[in-house]
Amino acid sequence: MSATRIPAGYVPLTDAAPLIAAQEMGFAAEERLILELHPAASWSSLRDMLAFGQVDAAQMLAPVPIAAALGLGGVSAPLSVLSVLSVNGTVIGVSSSLARRLADAGYRLSFHDAVSAGKALIAAAGPDLRIGVPFPFSMHAELLTYWLNGLGPDTPRDFGIRTVPPPLMAEAVRNGEIDAFCVGEPWGSMAVEQGAGALLLPGRAIWSFAPEKVLAVRGAWAEAEPDLSGRLIRALWRAGRWLADPASRGLAAEILSARRYLDLPAEIIERALSGKFTVTPQGLQREAPGFIGFHDGAAGFPWRSQAQWIALQLAQRNGLERETALAKAGQVFRSDLYRNALRGTGADLPGACSKLEGAIRAMLLPAGESEAVSLLQNRFFDGRVFDPQAEV
Amino acid sequence: MPDVLSIVVVETDRERAFMIVDGLREAGDFDIQVISEPSGLARQIQMRDPDVVLIDIANPSRDVLEELTLATGPKERPVAMFVDRSEDGLSAAAVEAGVSAYVVDGLQPARLKPVLDAAIARFRLFQRMRTELAEAKRALEERKVIDRAKGMVMKARGIGEDEAYALLRKAAMDQNKRVADVAQALVTAAGLLA
Repeated sequence: MSATRIPAGYVPLTDAAPLIAAQEMGFAAEERLILELHPAASWSSLRDMLAFGQVDAAQMLAPVPIAAALGLGGVSAPLSVLSVLSVNGTVIGVSSSLARRLADAGYRLSFHDAVSAGKALIAAAGPDLRIGVPFPFSMHAELLTYWLNGLGPDTPRDFGIRTVPPPLMAEAVRNGEIDAFCVGEPWGSMAVEQGAGALLLPGRAIWSFAPEKVLAVRGAWAEAEPDLSGRLIRALWRAGRWLADPASRGLAAEILSARRYLDLPAEIIERALSGKFTVTPQGLQREAPGFIGFHDGAAGFPWRSQAQWIALQLAQRNGLERETALAKAGQVFRSDLYRNALRGTGADLPGACSKLEGAIRAMLLPAGESEAVSLLQNRFFDGRVFDPQAEV
Repeated sequence: MPDVLSIVVVETDRERAFMIVDGLREAGDFDIQVISEPSGLARQIQMRDPDVVLIDIANPSRDVLEELTLATGPKERPVAMFVDRSEDGLSAAAVEAGVSAYVVDGLQPARLKPVLDAAIARFRLFQRMRTELAEAKRALEERKVIDRAKGMVMKARGIGEDEAYALLRKAAMDQNKRVADVAQALVTAAGLLA
């Protein structure tokens, strides 16, 4: 039987790896699919390409389809999330001058403790801290807001979050337009490489299991193409499993570094995959184990509770009704389609569609469809637990 | 409120920016400004506060514009929208052409459409011109190769120009190839033997 072509969009980032690996390593072909990969320069154009049918599937920031469901942002076409493509994978960095002030104040770049890093940042930056994120609706913006607001009464109330496209982040920080940034790799490492700034924290220090990028399709497409959706989910699940194998790192970095994908040195891309970072232009090394997740801990499973956590943050900031936001978000992450597609493949399938977010301190083996599902640490930096049931 | 619609065009490619501006000028009397520096876009737009922003869909700064339209929200720039969704074809055409438009709420679509149509038409013209330019360059390159091959045949066989070309053409026809390809093969082979 001949293969079906699926036009799919992505933004050149390390965490576009599942889509690229699915096509390049033959996981798509195994499902008789050909992914026609289209790079997009901005998240808004990728979202519009998906909404208007230029592509049928797209890598997307996890909050984008939820924002669309809540009527926030330009296009409000209903989008469905078929799976989570990656967990974590962002870094928080500061400008060189802010890094110097942090050092002068005695702060050492530990690259793991979000509380001390946040307090040091607020103290060193002063009241009008400006932080760049790639898009208004992004896990970057959500993590930063959750982190800084959670640090207590000393937090500046009006720290500003600005949108800066990832490839322009280093330039914006060098030109003094922003003091800090949160960005997906390899653009944080590129800022270090270009001598524009230093890395302060991996995003996972704020939420250790944050859904970062998702696979989004039009809601109507998901309904009309259950077979293609299933094949797509399986191809990406296999790609994620391959990427999670440490033996694949070198090759994955090489493939991503190709001119038609990221067009950046493989060595810099590999930092995120291995969790071994160079955090200052002077060459200070730090490790962030589990920096980015593609597979372990049922990473691909689109939990409704993840969508609802995002929806509540968005609702809070935009003055929307909480209950409606929770209900709408619950329908965006299609745990049902994911489960149907992977049943019988040996994949880890949780028995529930929702879980307590932030409640897992260490690896856990709760009951799943496939005997036992191992979940990874899932913890907010402040130890809070999010229970969607209790929010209604 | 001034009567003239103010438009900011965000375009780093100078030539393309000119094309878009020309297209808009033809469509009507607008106050047009071009921003060519992708960084600091937010500051520049806020300073100029235009009615319409035209931005290349492939410009990464489009995300900044998205933020801006959200942030300034219901005050000065009510939530800006992508090209009117009710008009079938227009939005798709705009995306395809690489031009997207952000429109201030309350602006008459009837006023906007010609603006966009012109921008799209201009953009397509520019694309066509680029294709034509590439075509012309290729033809010129082929011409040169054919001339070199012709010269080689003339010298080797001691024949005239027309005869040499006829030989090349016959070889091409016999092998079901283009004259330019046969000429290229000859030039390459000669280079190896030299």
